[in-house]
Amino acid sequence: MALRSMTMIEALNDALALELERDERVVLLGQDIGLNGGVFRVTDQLQRRFGERRVFDTPLAESAIIGTSVGMAVYGLRPIAEIQFAGFLFLCMSQLVTQAARMRFRSGGAFSCPLVVRSPYGGGVRTPELHSDSLEGVFLQTPGLKVVIPSNPYDAKGLLAAAVADPDPVLFLENIKLYRSFRQETPEEYYTVPLGKAKTVQAGEDVSVFSYGAMVPVALEAAQQAQQELGISVEVIDLRTVWPLDEEAIVSSVEKTGRAVVVHEAPRAGGIGAEVTALINEHCLYSLLKPVARVTGYDTPYPVPGVEDYYLPTPAKVLAALRQVMEP
Amino acid sequence: MAIHQIDPGLVPFQILDPEGNLVGEMPALSPERLLYFYRMMRLARAFSDRIIAMQRQGRATTFGSLTGQEAATVGLAAPLQPQDWLATSYREIASLIVKGVPLSTLVYSFRGYTPPNWPAETRCLPYQIVIGTQIPHAVGLAMAAKIVGDPVVAVGVCGDGATSEGDFNEALNFAGVFRAPAVIIVQNNGWAISVPRHRQSAAPTLAARGIGFGVPAALVDGNDILAVYETVRQAVERARAGDGPTLIELLTYRLGSHTTADDASRYRDPVEVEAWRARDPIARLQKFLRRRDLLSEEQDEEIGAAVQAEIDAAVREAEAMPPMAPDSFFAYVSATLPPRLQEQRAELLRFVSPSPSQPQPGERR
Repeated sequence: MALRSMTMIEALNDALALELERDERVVLLGQDIGLNGGVFRVTDQLQRRFGERRVFDTPLAESAIIGTSVGMAVYGLRPIAEIQFAGFLFLCMSQLVTQAARMRFRSGGAFSCPLVVRSPYGGGVRTPELHSDSLEGVFLQTPGLKVVIPSNPYDAKGLLAAAVADPDPVLFLENIKLYRSFRQETPEEYYTVPLGKAKTVQAGEDVSVFSYGAMVPVALEAAQQAQQELGISVEVIDLRTVWPLDEEAIVSSVEKTGRAVVVHEAPRAGGIGAEVTALINEHCLYSLLKPVARVTGYDTPYPVPGVEDYYLPTPAKVLAALRQVMEP
Repeated sequence: MAIHQIDPGLVPFQILDPEGNLVGEMPALSPERLLYFYRMMRLARAFSDRIIAMQRQGRATTFGSLTGQEAATVGLAAPLQPQDWLATSYREIASLIVKGVPLSTLVYSFRGYTPPNWPAETRCLPYQIVIGTQIPHAVGLAMAAKIVGDPVVAVGVCGDGATSEGDFNEALNFAGVFRAPAVIIVQNNGWAISVPRHRQSAAPTLAARGIGFGVPAALVDGNDILAVYETVRQAVERARAGDGPTLIELLTYRLGSHTTADDASRYRDPVEVEAWRARDPIARLQKFLRRRDLLSEEQDEEIGAAVQAEIDAAVREAEAMPPMAPDSFFAYVSATLPPRLQEQRAELLRFVSPSPSQPQPGERR
């Protein structure tokens, strides 16, 4: 495979271009995705290359973007809708949760809704109110909807392709901070990274750290410090698909290490960390040597830019949690 | 009377033409009041320019330009009385200033902090970020005033893009059904980030929405402050008299980019921008005042210097205000902080290194 150094933005743009090339049914819709190329340029040049029939701006109406995407998906198209910031997903909750996610269910399998909803999320970049919120936890109680969050350009491209190929709706959340933070050698050809499969980014023996999105590099940095300062070997697992979770990967890692920390920037209550902890309790409680620790955003609204850094998990916070679970 | 059941072919209501000539009936406004309008418009533009400059220097966060919309935003707030409510987006900062929100409070907010002293007595809701969501609030405030029996009017303001949102249309319907003492104002500045007005709605005017909801509407030249003022004044009076809501579309133009995070040159024809620059709302009132000998060149310069001095003082004050404390975002989650959040606050403070210049809250261990 021919490799090219890509940012996550470029990898996603590449993935979308390949979808438009390989499948006539694929259409892109959203606010400012056409001539402007998206507010982060994920759809840069795609309208010019593939035309306004297949890549188009919509009126400013999130609910109608998702609602009409449901109609297009039922008709047989493969819509990829963009919601400009994840905080604005609240404006289309009804269509996404009660309609897109339930089309197969409520039609007894007569219809399906192969729809991908892309949305930027995540903090640390000084955006205005509701532009940084992490909402994945909100969708844990949305049966029928998968939630995918890549942490690097390679996974972003392959997971987006898998999301488009999936027969059901997928919410694809893209971390704003990771969009341009680093480059990675990424294949130019089409490939998929399977949904529902976590990835061990660093193997270890003493403790398992489960994370995703922008918290993967934070977890890796903490793991490195823990290795140096505490002399422990940390296994770092990137969940990649946060719903449904890769139970096998979580359970087998904890059975090996006996200790676990979950790191995410979304609020703590009822989040991915809570669900990972419950899974561990259900499947391998007796392998646990210490209670599972959660390093997360706090149970407050996402703060204003001036204090947002205090809200987010940091390597220091993760290291403290690692110390805690490593206590004898 | 500028307010009608809107005819889609209606010509925008105008009192001053782009050259500053009087083409309609002059509202009853004293020379002092006219100069106040002019001064507030100059202040709005200078404020916008200053915050954008501060953003470029890393002293302010994302900011949406106010330039080109000064007649609309000053003119819509000017007829309001202190007891009236105002719910706006981020594009109507000048309306908040006219209604009494201190400049330093606004500057502090654009430093990326929540002002500790938001002036609730001005009856302005904090400017809204999520598109269109403030319009139901305005209608609800108006419904409350009617339920209680207060002679209070609520004004909700949004942009052309917001008229596509469900919230806007649902609120307009409520306003009509409940005959709420509300004025709903659309600042149609031509662009919702990169999406032009004609891609937002197939309707010939946004004021035409009024017909479908049974709400009288007006289409107004939004760069003519006298027309804006007079139309909103009539609508506010109508509402206060118990005659129900009004929808007003102000035709104006966003001369700048959407925000400091946007580059409008990617999607906008500079010829269009220049055409609107020639219809500058401040220049229009300036020409009118000059022609009537209400504004000398010297006075004009004094006003320019005075608004700069006022902004200088506000920026100094806002920059002298201490940053929010690291744990400040726990403070207003709810009236009382649940034990779980108290624990999380303590957990955070263990990771905050104490700084001599910034005393930590008392709870720090």
